[in-house]
Amino acid sequence: MTFILPIEHFGEEDRAQVGGKAFALASLWKAGFTVPKALCITTDVYDRYVSSTGLRERILMEIHRKAFTDMRWEEMWDASLRIRNMFVSTPLPKPLKDTLGDIIDASFKKYPVAVRSSAPGEDSDRASFAGLHESYVNVRGPSVILEHVLKVWSSLWSDAALLYRKELGLDPEKSTMAVVIQEMVFGDRSGVAFCRSPMDPSQAVIESVYGLNQGLVDGAVEPDRWVLDRISGKILSHTNPRRDLWVAPAQDGAVLEDLPTKKAPHPPLNDEEVEEVYRTAMALEKHFGSPQDVEWTFRDGRLYLLQSRPITTGTGAETRDDRSWYLSLSRSFKNLKALRQKIEEDLIPAILREASDLESITLETLPSEELCHEIERRSLIHKKWVEIYWSEFIPFAHGARLFGQVYNDAVHPSDPYEFMSLLMATEMESLKRNRLLEDLARDIRENSELRQVLEAGDPADADSSFLKRLDDFVSNYGQVICQSPSLTACRVSVCGILLRMAAVRTTSVARKDISALTEKFLSYFEGKKRGEATEMLDLARASYRLRDDDNIYLGRIESELDRAIALAETLLIADSAMEKDQRPYEELIARVKQKVYVPHSAVQATTEDENFLVRPRQLTGQPAGPGLGEGPARVVLKVSDLTEFQSGEILVCDAVDPAMTFVVPLCGGIVERRGGMLIHGAIIARAYGLPCVTGVPDVTTLIKTGDRITVDGYLGIVIVGLGETP
Amino acid sequence: MNDKDNLNRELTHLLNSQRLAALATHHSGQPYASLVSFAATPDLRQLLFATTRSTRKYANLSSDPRAAMLLDNRSNEETDIHSAIAVTATGTVWELSNYERTKALSLYLAKHPYLEEFVNAPSCALFKLTIRTYYLVTRFQNVVEIHMPL
Repeated sequence: MTFILPIEHFGEEDRAQVGGKAFALASLWKAGFTVPKALCITTDVYDRYVSSTGLRERILMEIHRKAFTDMRWEEMWDASLRIRNMFVSTPLPKPLKDTLGDIIDASFKKYPVAVRSSAPGEDSDRASFAGLHESYVNVRGPSVILEHVLKVWSSLWSDAALLYRKELGLDPEKSTMAVVIQEMVFGDRSGVAFCRSPMDPSQAVIESVYGLNQGLVDGAVEPDRWVLDRISGKILSHTNPRRDLWVAPAQDGAVLEDLPTKKAPHPPLNDEEVEEVYRTAMALEKHFGSPQDVEWTFRDGRLYLLQSRPITTGTGAETRDDRSWYLSLSRSFKNLKALRQKIEEDLIPAILREASDLESITLETLPSEELCHEIERRSLIHKKWVEIYWSEFIPFAHGARLFGQVYNDAVHPSDPYEFMSLLMATEMESLKRNRLLEDLARDIRENSELRQVLEAGDPADADSSFLKRLDDFVSNYGQVICQSPSLTACRVSVCGILLRMAAVRTTSVARKDISALTEKFLSYFEGKKRGEATEMLDLARASYRLRDDDNIYLGRIESELDRAIALAETLLIADSAMEKDQRPYEELIARVKQKVYVPHSAVQATTEDENFLVRPRQLTGQPAGPGLGEGPARVVLKVSDLTEFQSGEILVCDAVDPAMTFVVPLCGGIVERRGGMLIHGAIIARAYGLPCVTGVPDVTTLIKTGDRITVDGYLGIVIVGLGETP
Repeated sequence: MNDKDNLNRELTHLLNSQRLAALATHHSGQPYASLVSFAATPDLRQLLFATTRSTRKYANLSSDPRAAMLLDNRSNEETDIHSAIAVTATGTVWELSNYERTKALSLYLAKHPYLEEFVNAPSCALFKLTIRTYYLVTRFQNVVEIHMPL
């Protein structure tokens, strides 16, 4: 068994053990190219680590929790987060750590290194994993280097890598990874070269930035770009970017900084240097026998090659596009900051304005033709916001995800979701709304006269101060809850809920001492890094808050469309005596309704027939809120099902939508078909400290209202029945 | 996995591919487990097994015919935890005789031809476990009950 090999000792027989990247570097070294000194930790070490620590099976249990096809990518991301935490919190066995540590120490002492993935088969001309597995730069000292090796290994199980491998038909159970430890070359200019442009096969492309390559590779720094003729090497064009940032080495790792002003006016490479990179890249193509994608850096005028891999041919453009989609699953901090600004400064004010405008229109007085136009208009507005929801709001959820990773890497908590308590520091709209509801319910609980008035059915008879608060609530949040255009009807619906809440002591949102937790987290960072960590936490909080608020905002637009449709339907019923061609709304309503976004539950086949009866006993989902809850199930498929909701019931639904969360204080637990830690239901459940399991396939058909169920939010399972054996 | 055709296929495959099962009986409330060679009827309603009349399980079943049988496809590897499938069958056991025994015997011996001498010995009894419920466990924690018609 070979644990660690210097690249100059590789033979052809080592290829499978050292992975594509390390093997290519060794090949370059042998051919006399300038490459930094490097060692490779072979796949044997990975295999021994995951076997001897029991991690291999823990990982497989995690990814086999559900059928792959039943998993949403958000669930993959949760599974990846848990797996990553397993690696970070499972140390290398001591003998292995000592052996590797001694060799690393002898080779690099305290000098900084880059730690890079090198998975077998990762860079072939069929598939490119470029960017899917992690690399770290400027890492010092054997024990810190080995900690980073664990992180590189864990990236074998990132959601992006899992999805991509699945798509290529590679078996995740067989995947393994070698790691290259490479002397750090602090280049003053760095970049990539493509021997053959993905856009035009007659051209080559060179991109370059000041400082380290990280900025270019993760998209944080916009590069200078030269397009060259592939045969002659003649420069055909040069694109000047804004050139305002660079990635510079920090005490450990690297930081994104403003580019020194004296560098900004000049491209990082002059024409001779562009030519040198081009010539070297073409020599690599000749050496490997296929066009290459090369990472390089200049230090003190000398060109170093950091890695070289074949350009993916595959099925052409498609393959590249898919990988870039998977890559887009992780977003850079800079990118998220820009997205936050856009969302907070433009999109949210715009959606609120649009919702208020729609709410202020009196539809009842519109002539029928205008009502038709209004429905069309509302349908388009709604469609526009659904698109923005998917393209802008949802990706912003990565802010919370990015923070989770930073938190887990720094703190090494035993609960991989510990970071979420820090995110809940800010008030979400639905919690604000529920607190108002709880206040009103408390008044009813404490005032029997008021309760009797409300029980009699007409809230208008209540005392004026209560009525004013009720009406304020109805005008702010009522549309989402009762979905009726009439104030009176809304008052009655809200009072129905309030009376039920008043009858029991409901769960309130736990308020935690966030400042101590925040300080604990920040104490892991010093100097500039502390500033970055603070900023990242702030971004994550904004991202987390939006995961809930966006649903409420979109819900307001949606209920305005519904209001217009409901009115048209009423008129349609009134006009039923008319001739078909004189009924203006019928076709319109049918058409518009089809487009309305409602999270429908999938239609499932019944599980009963004359032969035998299938009953779920224990269903597996994802743990989304720790705790154990037991009670009768209430299956909620539409908002009107909520009117029956009784205190202590377990809410079972397709996806908790904002219109449902007001019953949460009455719940004993939450079970959702849709999965993911950062979905609305999971967030609300955690805020209330309720047990929650998400991502349970077919749950709304497998469980019936009234079934006794147990929600195990620690393990992510739902148990049906009390265990009686027939 | 909760879809019925898949369940049926999975269960049929498991029952046909496995040879041995753990049979659970009891004596005055004391549980007792033993390994038996079994065969399933094509409708999956019965599991057949044989034992001699002097065994503890025979005595246990004579006083209480209720029993459970556990069978699975484990390979004694770590990966069994996520990949093995296990099924617990509960029901009632009856000794077979006459025509029913003859029919069941050919099914049983088709699966276990090496047991011919054993089963045909006068001291050996052939039993059927009539299944009330199967409990199928997959992916470590996913459990589905399959209730057979009475």
